[in-house]
Amino acid sequence: MTRSSLLGQRALALGIGMASIAVSLLLTALIILAVGASPLEVFNKVTEGIGLTPTGLDMVRFSGVVNFWIPLMFVCTGLLVTFTAGLWNIGVEGQMMFGAVCATWVAQEVFLPTVVQVPLEMLAAALGGAFWAALTGLLKTRGGVHEIFGGVAMNNLANIFSIYLISGPWGNQGGQATPPFRQETLLLPMSSEFRVSAVALILMAVVFGGIFLALSGTRWGLELKAQGHSQRSALLLGVPVERNVLLAMALCGFMAGLAGSVRVLFTYGNLRPLVSGGIGFLGLLVVLLTGTRALWAPPIAFFFAAILGGSTRLKIALQLDQSLAGVVQGILVLMVILANGVRGRLRGRHPAQAPEPSASLEAEEAAIHG
Amino acid sequence: MARRTAVVLIVAAAMLLAATGGFAQDEEFVFGMVLVGPRNDHGWSEAHYTAGQYVEQQVPGARMVFFESLNPADAPETTLEQVVEEMLAEGAKVIFTTSDEFEEDTLFVAQKYPDTIFINVSGDDALTGEAPANLSNIMGNMELGKQIAGCAAALATETGKLGYLGPLINFETRRLAASVYLGARYCYEHYRGGNPDDLSMTVTWIGFWFNIPGVTLDPTEETQRFFDGGADVVISGIDTTEALVVAGQRAAEGAKVWAIPYDYEGACAGAPAVCLGVPYFNWGPAYVQVVEAVKNGTYEQFWHWNPPYFEDISDNDKTAVGWVNGDALTEEQAAQLDEFIAMLAETDPGVLTADNIDDEGKQIGLWVGPLALQDGTVLAEEGEIVPPRSVWYLEQLLQGMTGDSSAQ
Repeated sequence: MTRSSLLGQRALALGIGMASIAVSLLLTALIILAVGASPLEVFNKVTEGIGLTPTGLDMVRFSGVVNFWIPLMFVCTGLLVTFTAGLWNIGVEGQMMFGAVCATWVAQEVFLPTVVQVPLEMLAAALGGAFWAALTGLLKTRGGVHEIFGGVAMNNLANIFSIYLISGPWGNQGGQATPPFRQETLLLPMSSEFRVSAVALILMAVVFGGIFLALSGTRWGLELKAQGHSQRSALLLGVPVERNVLLAMALCGFMAGLAGSVRVLFTYGNLRPLVSGGIGFLGLLVVLLTGTRALWAPPIAFFFAAILGGSTRLKIALQLDQSLAGVVQGILVLMVILANGVRGRLRGRHPAQAPEPSASLEAEEAAIHG
Repeated sequence: MARRTAVVLIVAAAMLLAATGGFAQDEEFVFGMVLVGPRNDHGWSEAHYTAGQYVEQQVPGARMVFFESLNPADAPETTLEQVVEEMLAEGAKVIFTTSDEFEEDTLFVAQKYPDTIFINVSGDDALTGEAPANLSNIMGNMELGKQIAGCAAALATETGKLGYLGPLINFETRRLAASVYLGARYCYEHYRGGNPDDLSMTVTWIGFWFNIPGVTLDPTEETQRFFDGGADVVISGIDTTEALVVAGQRAAEGAKVWAIPYDYEGACAGAPAVCLGVPYFNWGPAYVQVVEAVKNGTYEQFWHWNPPYFEDISDNDKTAVGWVNGDALTEEQAAQLDEFIAMLAETDPGVLTADNIDDEGKQIGLWVGPLALQDGTVLAEEGEIVPPRSVWYLEQLLQGMTGDSSAQ
């Protein structure tokens, strides 16, 4: 490819990207007008909700966005691994939930100094999430159950188990949540203004950096990419596909467990039903948009966190329907996917840059067990 | 001269009007309403939202700001603390948190914002003494409404088998299910001439306040199961109307079945022909009282368990718990139900508060012995009134009921 054609393609990609954002904004504005509100006011309230005010950054509101971004990024980091390996880890929600349950168990049953207690809770959550994901992996490699079906079942099991614990053995008489955790078991905010856990933020940055390097700069990362494109070919090239499936799933579960621990040890301070809150599914969406381009995950995840975080202010100040933020998010995703499609078509090749998880699964599994 | 006199008169009149408040603008008074579900759920949350609108009509200058579906699944990006802070930014002086799911978080925000009044609905922190002075609790005495529902079910049943669709298991849900049972037994015996021990009531707990596919039991399937098992009346204790919908479908196929929904005055509309009636919460009058007290600076901490207004149980300017007869109730049954309600009115406990809940003689309708808990423990001897506090903190279902008393 010549330098000028490369530049041309980049310009084309940029143009299509800008056009998709413009169309998204236009559609969003039309919907807002249709429900009788002012798009400008909606924009103002969302930016206020994020913390961007004319007088500067409102740290309290900004920390709300960051606090949603942290568990979302843990999940995205894990999903980058499974996505690269060609796995649809739909079970990520259940892995978060089971991680939250494990962190809760330690928070309630173990009494140690905070410096040991909190890391132990997070480790328990991570290992719990890894265990839950590995079960789905085993169902796939040994039982021939596709990870989507296995994942959905494991999600439900994790939710049912947590609700049983909350309304039964761990109940707070009322059955809606466990009793609040002790102060020394919690992740604490940096300050009363910037209410973000430094431990969670730093850990998130470290694991993302580690996974990014592992995926882009190691032989193992290359193996995952190879099996992501075709498990059969990877197997023929000597890649230990089954081991990698289990490892990728467990790693993703590990991250999801960490996300679950942040939800119970920081966001809520106790265990509640459905505490994973769809963050796992949102993570899938983010990774679907980024493909395997890991460096895009943090800004896209932050963008989603900002839209959702800003919508709290929007809902209260303008009393708009709560689903509006979801509609805006949906339009943006649709436009980005459409733009990807258009770009691929204009280039004259298949649009999907990301691997296609689990293509021709039966054939590959026959080969694996072969 | 005459013109000057006229001007003087007009100015004087204007000053007089201004002094008496005639020209005074009603100052805006913002209150917050935090809902656990959608504001149009035809159930629990809609009843609160409607009450907020009632406050706006009744209290001059009152303006509601609300946040709906605040729960980890529907609003994972936000917490009660963040919602409260946004409401404070809008100028809210009093905030209603309308679920026991918010109980712990309300305690936290009340401690953090001592100048704002918080009302947690259905909680007990102001009863136990845990709450700071700016946190109070309101609940409607739905136990009386549920006794009426139980009576209606007993008047209609032909098989003598009732099904109760319960949410999750806690003090509140146990005492409500048990209240239905008490009402049903009484009316089966007194109006139907039956032996109350022949009347069966099975409680199925679906696991949560509404259906979560794959997580809770499916209320539609459970209602089908009740009818398949021979029950002909299903009473709902959950936030949504599946019991009524299924009963409507069964009736359309020719079955003689009925249902009693819950929470919201208009709930029968889903299938009026099979609806025996609905016990509903009417939060408006209590909310008006709170908003006016805070506005006038006369607020004092309270814990209120508010009764129905028995003189006219469906007077929404006065009652805290209402009952509407359904289309499926015959004239004779409606008359018997009126008689039953009049009987309940004779033991009206009034507003139960932290100060009077332990007073002797306070009786919640049919909560009188002989009564035993499911494991046989005596709750009240013959003729003994069950103290309201023991009803509030009911440890088990009652003897004779079928169903789990705890999740363990």
